[in-house]
Amino acid sequence: MIPANFNYHKATSLKEAIALAGELGEEAKYMSGGHSLLPMMKLRFATPEHIIDISKIEGLSYIKEEGEFLKIGALTTQTEIEHSPLLKEHYPIFGDAVWLTADPSVRNCGTIGGNIAHGDAANDQPALMLAVRATIIAEGPDGTKTIPIDEFFHGFYMTALEPGDILTEIQIPKAKKNSGGAYYKMERKVGDYATAGVAVHVELDDDGVCQEIGIGLTNVSAVPMRLERGEEVLRGKKITDELIAEVGQIASEDCEPESDLRGSEAYKRSIVNTITKRMLNKALERARQ
Amino acid sequence: MAKHTVTMTINGESVTAEVDSRLLLVHFIRENLDMTGTHIGCDTSSCGACTILIDGKSVKSCTYLAVRADGANITTIEGIAADGTNHPLQQAFHDQHGLHCGFCTPGMIMRAIDLLETNPNPTEEEIRWGISGNLCRCTGYNNIVKSVQQAAKEMAKEKEATV
Repeated sequence: MIPANFNYHKATSLKEAIALAGELGEEAKYMSGGHSLLPMMKLRFATPEHIIDISKIEGLSYIKEEGEFLKIGALTTQTEIEHSPLLKEHYPIFGDAVWLTADPSVRNCGTIGGNIAHGDAANDQPALMLAVRATIIAEGPDGTKTIPIDEFFHGFYMTALEPGDILTEIQIPKAKKNSGGAYYKMERKVGDYATAGVAVHVELDDDGVCQEIGIGLTNVSAVPMRLERGEEVLRGKKITDELIAEVGQIASEDCEPESDLRGSEAYKRSIVNTITKRMLNKALERARQ
Repeated sequence: MAKHTVTMTINGESVTAEVDSRLLLVHFIRENLDMTGTHIGCDTSSCGACTILIDGKSVKSCTYLAVRADGANITTIEGIAADGTNHPLQQAFHDQHGLHCGFCTPGMIMRAIDLLETNPNPTEEEIRWGISGNLCRCTGYNNIVKSVQQAAKEMAKEKEATV
């Protein structure tokens, strides 16, 4: 399969990329790793007139703690995330997710920025970003934008990014004492999109009371979804098995899955319940270590 | 639609060509360069038959634009050992019966090169996860895993000998 014709432009700086996007208009699409966009182009689901290749822009691939934040450059590949000693040690939720994302060769190309900017609720990073309450940094014709993750996902493949905007960095509050996260997705076969997935991040105080909680769901709604009602149940409380069971039930009620090749709606609601409980337990275990 | 001039290194040789924007790297390698060791299987980045190395990292060349490979250092199955000799992975696939029909083998070997570069002494589980993006419909994978294990040992010995 060969994509429809398009014009290719290579940008070597953010400035150049944004200027090109301004010149070329709305028919231009940015491409970083290309492992979501190019398959769609080959299937002719997407037929952009112009591709602006941003993968060669220098300085957008890094993982570092700075001030109050963990900062990840948008062009950091999934493989780099998988092997980062910092993330392995202090942010194991990333390893959980990346391990289950596509396969090693795809992860060599796919970038974290692309996984989020694509705006696909089937991707793994959006739920994770919701759980850890990320902030998205973007550069565009209007300068730098700082977008809280709860304002980022607007719809099916729709995000807060406006024409010309490039997602440049993800910021996440630095790992605190007594905090932990976990992610799991059910997949039909290795490398598939999630049948359903759940990301959990929890912060406890010294007495084990839940100070902050984030729960994000993968591929059970058109838009990446935060389980708000479940978070409210847990916030400010000592998390017990009964509360975990209640939140699992809420997850199965509040998610909005559709029956498809990956499973029926009822099946998906059932596994969301189970995965939510398991990930709450796993995140708590990590927070208590 | 404008043509683009690209220059890349393939198996140690510099190649310059005019390519269309939409030309896929796997077609460039197979059709423009007549190197047909890199196979096309699913054409949807699922099966890994088209796996090559770009700057040392395994990549599915059906999901990579040739124009993006401008400046890249590419290795295909043709470039991993001198003519008449076998790379330790090729030898191991031969010794361990790591192939039946052979269609997946070039991609499997290119993927395994990256795997062993990153993790020279993988466990069986790490090998199975490591080749999870490469499908084989003949072997049931057991002999492929054995092949990668044999090659890991051989390559470790070679490394020791050169130190």
